[in-house]
Amino acid sequence: MKFLPGAITVCWQAYSVALKSHLIHFRMKWSEFFTSSVGKKLVMAFTGLFLISFLIVHVGINACVFADIYDDTDNGEMFNKAAHFMGASYVIRLMEIGLFIGILAHIVQGYMLEAQNRARRKQGYAVSMGSKGSAWYKKSMGLLGTLILLFLIVHISHFWVPSRITYETTLNQVSYNGREMHDVFSKMVDVFHNPIVVVLYLLGCFSLAWHLLHGFQSSFRSVGVHNKKWMALIKSVGVGFSIIVPTIFALMPISFYFDWVTK
Amino acid sequence: MEHYTMNLTLKVWRQKNSNDKGRFETYQVSDISSEMSFLEMFDVLNERLIKEGKDPIAFDHDCREGICGMCSMYINGRPHGPWHANTTCQLHMRAYKDGDTIVVEPWRANSFPVLKDLVVDRTAFDRIIQAGGYISANTGNAVDANAMPIEKDKADAAFAAAACIGCGACVAACKNSSAMLFLSAKVSHLALLPQGEPERKSRVLNMVQQMDKEGFGSCTFTEACEAVCPKEISVTNISRLNKEYLAAGMTVDK
Repeated sequence: MKFLPGAITVCWQAYSVALKSHLIHFRMKWSEFFTSSVGKKLVMAFTGLFLISFLIVHVGINACVFADIYDDTDNGEMFNKAAHFMGASYVIRLMEIGLFIGILAHIVQGYMLEAQNRARRKQGYAVSMGSKGSAWYKKSMGLLGTLILLFLIVHISHFWVPSRITYETTLNQVSYNGREMHDVFSKMVDVFHNPIVVVLYLLGCFSLAWHLLHGFQSSFRSVGVHNKKWMALIKSVGVGFSIIVPTIFALMPISFYFDWVTK
Repeated sequence: MEHYTMNLTLKVWRQKNSNDKGRFETYQVSDISSEMSFLEMFDVLNERLIKEGKDPIAFDHDCREGICGMCSMYINGRPHGPWHANTTCQLHMRAYKDGDTIVVEPWRANSFPVLKDLVVDRTAFDRIIQAGGYISANTGNAVDANAMPIEKDKADAAFAAAACIGCGACVAACKNSSAMLFLSAKVSHLALLPQGEPERKSRVLNMVQQMDKEGFGSCTFTEACEAVCPKEISVTNISRLNKEYLAAGMTVDK
């Protein structure tokens, strides 16, 4: 670790030399760059896009619970192995820290922006614009984000805390080919037999779908995509993503509740 | 279209000066012609108020042709009234029928303080322009128009952005009181043209900095601004502004 500051200095010098080709006389420090009104939106957009990429991994790993539909002898083996892979490697545990930083930055910056933006109009209108001009979900990202946050707290305490911290008392062990691992699948069976939890998860997925419907395309626009051809593609992919990913997530509590993936 | 007259109830924001708290006052206006403009209807009301020895309603107006950006009323919950791509001065009374109630408010944003009644202080926009919304060029003989070839699509996009009249309807409509549609139009129209190239980076950074100093909010792409813009400025310009900001902020020297 001793060489790290030196390496950073060398990289910085190389970067500075590269910039010599177009000198212009204007100062903008990194701290200013990310804290202007546009810079704050860049932070929201970059963290949002990072969280979208995480959703792809999350939904992919979790879809392993459906293996039982094709293989009656699976009993959650494929999912347990996948969950074990996501916890057993230090590389992925390090990425997990990055994920938490990303989520936290998105939440904190989101609330700060919402508060600042609301304060820009101290005296409001007697007749509000309502939905004239913009759809409700585009104006409700703070509310939808808060619903997702509430869901996230419950969700983390259901699965992340038991499989990372309290596993000795909260999770069963299961063995495949002589290798011991947590039986997260049976934990899912337990959790999703409570109808209140199922409804809560469905509400979480519903909020996520609307949040993504605006957030997916808006984040690309915030980072400067204005090309018509690309925007058309991004908007279509965004609609598909906002429907498909939350639907697959929603199918999990439903499948466990109705015993579609268990016998 | 057939001509008709109407009687209307107006609820208008009255405020003596920037320190006054302000309140709505209700006025009955009668025999308003369907062929009058919205501002002419206000002229009729003001003539009456003056005759009665009362203070006429202050409102901004200048060209009354929809090209100067001076008029600025928030009418029944929409900047510039109910018509699409239209300024208040070009709104006509045929949009209303006998017996209607119309609520008229000033632009609402901390950065646009009310000076009197429906008049707000929009000099924040002037200061944003002063921060970089221009090109520096030594004047002299006019250069031949064809000396600098410009791609037609870019020229059209620059012209569409330059159509912004700086009325502030985008700020009035935005839930964040953001001036990004205005700013993006001003940055885009120069960024798309070769004449804007030399000051391209400092322009966008300086103008964003000034916009923040003026206390406008940030853009969350609700697109309400585009819906009410009298000149149909596209939110695509905001994406272009973000790209300009990103490119400039990442590559300035210090």
